[in-house]
Amino acid sequence: MGLIHADEMILNIGPQHPSTHGVLRLKVKTDGEIISEITPIIGYLHRCFEKHCENLSYEQVVPFTDRCDYIAAMNNSLGYVLAVEKMMDIKIPERVEYIRVIMAEYNRIASHLLALGTFGLDVGAYTPFLYMFRDRERILDLFEITCGARLLYNYMWVGGVSHDLPVGFVEASYKFLDEFETNINEYHNILSYNKIFIERSADIGIIPKDIAIDYGVTGPNLRGSGVKWDLRKDEPYSIYDRFKFNVPVGKGLMGSVGDCWDRYWVRAEEMKESIKIIRQALDKMPRKGDVHEALPKKVRPPKGSIYFRTESPRGDLGYYIMSDGKPTPLRVKMRSPAFTALSALSEISTGWMLSDVLVILGSLDIVLGEIDR
Amino acid sequence: MIINQKVSDILKAKFPGVVIPSEEQHNDYIQIYPEKWNEIAKFIKTESELKFDSCQCITGVDLGIEEGLEVRYNFHSMKLKHKIEIRIAVERKKPSIPSVEQVWRGADWLEREVYDMYGIRFKGHRDLRRMLLPDDWKGWPLRKDYKTPKIYNGMKVPKVRKGWD
Repeated sequence: MGLIHADEMILNIGPQHPSTHGVLRLKVKTDGEIISEITPIIGYLHRCFEKHCENLSYEQVVPFTDRCDYIAAMNNSLGYVLAVEKMMDIKIPERVEYIRVIMAEYNRIASHLLALGTFGLDVGAYTPFLYMFRDRERILDLFEITCGARLLYNYMWVGGVSHDLPVGFVEASYKFLDEFETNINEYHNILSYNKIFIERSADIGIIPKDIAIDYGVTGPNLRGSGVKWDLRKDEPYSIYDRFKFNVPVGKGLMGSVGDCWDRYWVRAEEMKESIKIIRQALDKMPRKGDVHEALPKKVRPPKGSIYFRTESPRGDLGYYIMSDGKPTPLRVKMRSPAFTALSALSEISTGWMLSDVLVILGSLDIVLGEIDR
Repeated sequence: MIINQKVSDILKAKFPGVVIPSEEQHNDYIQIYPEKWNEIAKFIKTESELKFDSCQCITGVDLGIEEGLEVRYNFHSMKLKHKIEIRIAVERKKPSIPSVEQVWRGADWLEREVYDMYGIRFKGHRDLRRMLLPDDWKGWPLRKDYKTPKIYNGMKVPKVRKGWD
């Protein structure tokens, strides 16, 4: 009888694999079931966003930012238009500011619903996914009656938004929020406190605080590690300083601080905070106003550059925009939060089982469109 | 911005001759020479008054055929809640700059992306490969003198059509 060879094996996951949330390829070195090294290989969805921007006018870039993060398109274009507006020093009408916040927060909820639902799928819970898609559909319906699109909106424009809110939007919003708020408890019952779900996600893939900061991990992933950092609170942009809301952080309720369950929990709690923000915005929003009032005739920012960050559902979304005074930007760079979160994957998943790695990947909530750009 | 002035003064005291002085008074960045960049990076990360513990963004920039390339770093301090932009110019012919990948782990992929798009070599980077483009891609796409290839691996690259025709 010969010896059993216990060599390391290289396993390839993806690029086409349902658990990788898009076209991501993972080169995994395994020793049996234990992962010893993991190398993400990206670029399969590279669509030359930054190269395209060299030949587009500032307004024409907006639809491209939508397509970078197709799950939270509103938040992505909001970051871009705010950066351009700051360069041009445009004053935005009150009503537009409120509409933008409402849309961005709705899209945050929609994005988190998808993140939580697919995270459930990763650990084998199919039913919550359908429940969450039911509510996500209703948000997409609200977007549809506003601007006609359900996924890629091109709604945020430099200096305004494309359409005013339709008749009945505010009433439909209140109705939806009331129903959705109770639905969150339903999710907690069927997923969050489910014994199997906790076993699969608590104490798995812990990201310590300092490692998260060192890697530039931001957003719910960073807050899951117990760092209270939210750009909406710490560096308020748009009109976020007018709203009252909390910043939920991971507390290690089911295991240790910074595990997969904490990241899940932070997203679930953030949806409640978004509901609060939307309610306040709907209450305070001026009922009349022209949303096209401040649209500039020519979008030509003065010479210079800006690095502007906003809080997208995935974290700090930064735009580095350089202008040389011409109608097309000299350089548009997008610092995508999922990109840096994925770069930490090899560090945090070493030593875990293969089935855990897919859970860790799901808890990071990556969108490959934004990583590859 | 006050913090830029403060950082600039601290750097001038610690590393004389490193900060490039500029005529503008209210600039919101610090331009430095690349030689001592690795030491400066370690310094600004650990110095108690600065503590830039988060590397937010690394942007490669092509300022034009004559002006050359530039790398711009955006740092942020989670502890002290301030931020800064550092710019380092690199020559076009043989662009090279010390890597800070081992100072901030997050800089790893960001530097690889700059290398991918501009061909700027980061000295000391442990795994400098292309990030988004295929490994056999030729040229540095975001440079201003880049020409789109006609053929890639035997496949014809479609021409960009102008307008709606």
